[in-house]
Amino acid sequence: MTLQSKAPRSRLDPEPMARRDWLGLSSLWTMGAALMFGVVGMLRLPKAAVLASPSKKFKVALPETLPAGEAFVPPGRAVAVYRDAEGIFAVSTICTHLGCVVKANAEGFECPCHGSRFHADGTVSRGPAPRALPWLKVQVSGGVVMVDEGTTVPSGTKVA
Amino acid sequence: MNPASTQNNALREFVDNLKSAPRRMYETAFRGGAPTTDRSRSTFVFGNVFLHLHAVRTHRWSLKWTTTVGLGIMSLSAFLITLVTGVLLMFYYKPSPEAAYASIKDIHFVVPTGRLIRNLHRWAANLMVVAVILHMARAFYTGAYRPPREYNWLIGIGLLVTTLGLSFTGYLLPWDQLAYWAITIGANIAQSPREVTDALGITEYFDPGGLQRLLLLGSDTVGAEALIRFYLLHVMILPLALAALMGVHFWRIRKDGGMVRPADADERLSKMKQGETYPVFTEAPNKTYQLAAVVRGKTAVVGRGPENTVPSMPHLFYAELGVMMLTLLACVALSMVSDAPLKELANPSVPENPAKAPWYFLGLQEMVSFSAFMGGIGIPAIVLAGLALIPYLDREKEGTGEWFGGPGGWRLVKLSMLIGFGAPLAIESFAIRFGWLREWFPKIPQLIVTAINPATILTAVYALYSIWCIRRYGSARSGALGLFTCFLCGFLLLTIIGTYFRGPNWVFYWSPSEWPKH
Ligand code: HEM
Ligand code: FES
Repeated sequence: MTLQSKAPRSRLDPEPMARRDWLGLSSLWTMGAALMFGVVGMLRLPKAAVLASPSKKFKVALPETLPAGEAFVPPGRAVAVYRDAEGIFAVSTICTHLGCVVKANAEGFECPCHGSRFHADGTVSRGPAPRALPWLKVQVSGGVVMVDEGTTVPSGTKVA
Repeated sequence: MNPASTQNNALREFVDNLKSAPRRMYETAFRGGAPTTDRSRSTFVFGNVFLHLHAVRTHRWSLKWTTTVGLGIMSLSAFLITLVTGVLLMFYYKPSPEAAYASIKDIHFVVPTGRLIRNLHRWAANLMVVAVILHMARAFYTGAYRPPREYNWLIGIGLLVTTLGLSFTGYLLPWDQLAYWAITIGANIAQSPREVTDALGITEYFDPGGLQRLLLLGSDTVGAEALIRFYLLHVMILPLALAALMGVHFWRIRKDGGMVRPADADERLSKMKQGETYPVFTEAPNKTYQLAAVVRGKTAVVGRGPENTVPSMPHLFYAELGVMMLTLLACVALSMVSDAPLKELANPSVPENPAKAPWYFLGLQEMVSFSAFMGGIGIPAIVLAGLALIPYLDREKEGTGEWFGGPGGWRLVKLSMLIGFGAPLAIESFAIRFGWLREWFPKIPQLIVTAINPATILTAVYALYSIWCIRRYGSARSGALGLFTCFLCGFLLLTIIGTYFRGPNWVFYWSPSEWPKH
């Protein structure tokens, strides 16, 4: 028939694609695409939808005798709480470099991990920390201070 | 026939079979017989599933100890030791923040032989990192990355990254102070692209750093989710990846024709003593070319016998066994004299001071102490990309298989070592003495510090030096030689500074004895 009329071909000299090859190939690619989308969809698995993290708000009672400019660090928290004439404020003590907990000292804060230093208001005095330590939201009611580690406020915000 | 005698015969046959069962069992397991002739030595190799990745005969050049220094097999042996001891540790280790620390303590102090197993695991892991880095240097300096071995060089880089990943994830499992703060820092390095996106103000819309951290920790704090992820990586994902990559690595070695050797290796070897080699094809080989004509690419050598080769059994295998035994011996000896460390239980509110990463990351920690993103992600990515590009940029042929590429190479390497050690020494001394941009201009935009800091300057100096090498010696090989040597020296120097000269608050001290006591 028609096929025989063509010159014989070798494997090194392929025919133009036949119709059924086209159909076969396109179904193969369809399967490949479906598999790919399925797998990519499943790759969402490691990204948790709900984060089980403890509450970021906590209450703290400041010692009556806390001198102005001296940090009070509630046990187990990475926050320094201060009280001065203008009011109460809280500075996060999580280093903005790579997350170590900074320690309050006479000038402000120092980080043990890569040597960042901060002034008492949280601004960087020595690298590598790229940003100032954030100030945290504070509410005061009846002598009890409520700090919200999850909400930052502009630095300088003090609550009377 | 008489039924009674048939029964007797059958019984006798049964008894005979029973008697000869042990011998037959032995014979069916070791089919080839004792490997005494060329033929039985060959069967010994290809008849054994574990050995048959090797060629039946090995070129004498590959067996010179200066060819490989045994470093590949040493990496493999160290991996096998960690594999066995790691599985044993899994009997007792519990991957949860409440139990992990206590279970390591149990392994160390209560479990029979637990301390030895734990020490062996630690030491073999450390040795593996050393061996893999040296092995990469050996492959580089003998030009083993050149065609046809480019692909295996890439696989090798995969092996290097996986090895470092395994070591790091393992460091985190004891959940002591070192572990906790290493995870914290590691996860925040993953997040450090924010240093750039924050500076550009686009973090809200495009935050790859935050996503990486979330994927690593499985939560926004370092806790149970993070530990189980690192555990999964350490005991399943990375070992499987490593094993798969190793399979490809070994297969490629075989397919690429064994160890790299100089083009004139045969002539040079014939000057050496002949030993056991003899013509393998005693008549002119009579292979036909028909098969070779249809197969594309390199095919088996036709028209030449496998001269200058010796049977892999025993020559290669005894050498490999020797390296394995030495590795095991070294690990056992080190485990006897030095215990794996275990600090206090993790305390999320007080970092270890100084909080040091495992030793092979202290060079990184040194760079990170200038810029988190550049030191932790930017420069490592540049180095890996540079390593991966080496075989594609240096397409020369001369000096392949020769240490340092033959005459003149060693001189260039010595010069590069001068630059490689000198440049970071000068830059570090300056930064330690005078500080850096943030101290001089506290308000300077972070992007400038990210772009211009001791680590990036060092990288730039190295790159310029290697370009100078290319122009000076008129060869890409010289540039590669210069750059690789520089990076190796820089890695070594920064690691030494991070290990011995950085104390509490990452302050420079001449010796740990000067560290302030708390
Ligand atoms: C887990 C890590 C690794 C293991 C177990 C391993 C194992 C081996 C072994 C057993 C050999 C045979 C020769 C020898 O002993 O040197 C070899 C050769 C080779 N390896 Fe690796 N290797 C590892 C990592 C790497 C790395 C990081 C690189 C480079 C980036 C690399 C590149 C090469 C190359 C190019 C060869 C061929 C050498 C030649 O032909 O002379 N390998 N490897
Ligand atoms: S984490 Fe504070 S300086 Fe690096």
